Amino acid sequence: MTELNANTPLPLVPEPLPPSRGQLREIWRQFRTHRGAMVGLVVFVLILLLVGIGPLIWRIDPTYVDFRARNLGFSAAHPLGTDQLGRDTLARMMAGGRISLSVGLVAMAIALTLGSLIGLLSGYFRRLDAPLMRVTELFLALPLLPLLLLMVTLFREPLGKSLGPAGGTFLLIVIAIGATSWMQTARIVRGDVLGLKQREFITAAQSIGTSELRMLTRHVLPNVISPIMVAATLGIATAIITESALSFLGLGFPPDFPTWGRLLFDAIDQMQMYPWRVILPGMFISLAVLSVNYIGDGLRDAMDPRIRGR
Amino acid sequence: MLNFVLRRILLAIPTLIFISLVIFLLLEASPGDPLGDVPLTVPPEVREKMREALGLGQEWYIRYFLWLKQFFWVEPLHWFDQIFGTSFSQGMQRIISFQTRSPAFDVIAQRLPQTLTVVGMSYVIGVMIALPIGIISAYRQYSWFDQIGTFISMVGFSLPTFFTGVVLIIVFGIKLQWFPSIYDTTHRVTDWDSFVVQVRQMVMPVTVLALYNAAQISRFMRASMLDNLRQDYVRTARAKGLSEKVVVLKHVLRNSLIPVVTVIALGLPTVFGGAIITEQVFKVNGLGQLLILAINSNDIPMVMTLTFIFAILIVTFTLIADLLYGFLDPRIRYD
Repeated sequence: MTELNANTPLPLVPEPLPPSRGQLREIWRQFRTHRGAMVGLVVFVLILLLVGIGPLIWRIDPTYVDFRARNLGFSAAHPLGTDQLGRDTLARMMAGGRISLSVGLVAMAIALTLGSLIGLLSGYFRRLDAPLMRVTELFLALPLLPLLLLMVTLFREPLGKSLGPAGGTFLLIVIAIGATSWMQTARIVRGDVLGLKQREFITAAQSIGTSELRMLTRHVLPNVISPIMVAATLGIATAIITESALSFLGLGFPPDFPTWGRLLFDAIDQMQMYPWRVILPGMFISLAVLSVNYIGDGLRDAMDPRIRGR
Repeated sequence: MLNFVLRRILLAIPTLIFISLVIFLLLEASPGDPLGDVPLTVPPEVREKMREALGLGQEWYIRYFLWLKQFFWVEPLHWFDQIFGTSFSQGMQRIISFQTRSPAFDVIAQRLPQTLTVVGMSYVIGVMIALPIGIISAYRQYSWFDQIGTFISMVGFSLPTFFTGVVLIIVFGIKLQWFPSIYDTTHRVTDWDSFVVQVRQMVMPVTVLALYNAAQISRFMRASMLDNLRQDYVRTARAKGLSEKVVVLKHVLRNSLIPVVTVIALGLPTVFGGAIITEQVFKVNGLGQLLILAINSNDIPMVMTLTFIFAILIVTFTLIADLLYGFLDPRIRYD
């Protein structure tokens, strides 16, 4: 019995482990019990591997045009067939996934940094609270999709000229999505910080003269990291959907740079003859978003025992 | 209560003006030229005249205030005239679309019915599907119904509408040929047969949007029901011998509906935004498609007016949601 318990911390011992590590392990233990989240994690890692190291193994250039191999079905030479210009679909899927996923990750990172910063500041400093929350409400009242469409159409060409078509569009889309999706994170973080400020350990830290910066980075931020992580996963999902929606409306990346949304959009014209070309990119988008959403669900359940199973 | 409403409405005005300024400046900063399609053979002085005719000659702030005046003063006056046969707006310039050279609001009024029938119908159906699913899922938590229900709602919530729409078109429009894949807006309902045609062409877009809305709302409904089912008052209600039906459908449901109703109200304006994509998939020429056309052809007054209408919808429904919350839950106090 004692041998069995040797590896797991005894509940009676008052915090024998460094808190962050124990907390992470506990979260992981809870996360593993969530079946959907585990499946989601596996699927998401598989997709990441496919787009990350897939192109290193499957070495056909996604833009290589082979007119003799147009409109092929599934075969050994082209596992997912070829498109109307004879480009390999598998290679294009992997290249498209790279762009789609990196847009999702970077846009999420921008939204998260902005949201956490604004949430932290407005929750912690009382003077900043009212103005920052006003700004948040203003942003929440903006019609986001129309504005995104507007920003992308209006600034795509000038940015593309100065930074190259792919780089300019990437920067534009990532910033546009990031700048319009930080509000939820800011609100959640602010609420948590407000609650945290009432706790004893904050008063204790203040009483020994901790500087404001150190208070924020050492005491407040680590304690609101769990809602931020949940917001991060959901943020990836919405960013991927938004990017592909823009591409679907023809307002995303230029045609030479395939993303999943763009591939779907380009295939619409041929969906009568080659429905797979529409379904494949759509499936990748859906799988990525679904797996990320499940991971977010699992994370939320693991971090907040009160809402488990909802 | 009245005080609160007035304060919120007063606060909404600067918000809306700020939003309109943001949209206007964004359009102003854009490099697009509304005269881009005019042939190069047109001499520069004529081109300058054309710019002035479009009202582009003045400074930006003058044009901004002119737009504000047109939106908040001329247009309401015009509608007032239309209804009561008066002529207050005689000789006043309405907001003119660059594309059609006709008043922007007239075009919007033409497009509105299409959006309202398709989007409105799908929202109603989505809510009607979502509520029972949420209730049963929560009441029988972890049952097979709950497992399937939560899975489907997760899928519906994760699949982008442009993908579900296209898959439906491939399966039911192309392979099975059950429904038309393009929405025909010139179709008029006059008798039973034309009504059937109208229903058939509405099935797919409505399904796509309804699935998406139902997925989100049923998740909220389930979470809210679960919250309430664990409350002490439920135990009390059961202890005093009320039937299970009364406990669940009266006590729990009424209390769980409070947050859900506000979520439904908050979701209404975003449906108009989300419908942009669905309208594009099924070629419904509603407001969303109008916006995309206007953006693509640099039709500044139309884009400005449409986007601002979306903003008004969002602000209004946020206000309605807040008020509903207090109305339904007497524990909420506004002072």
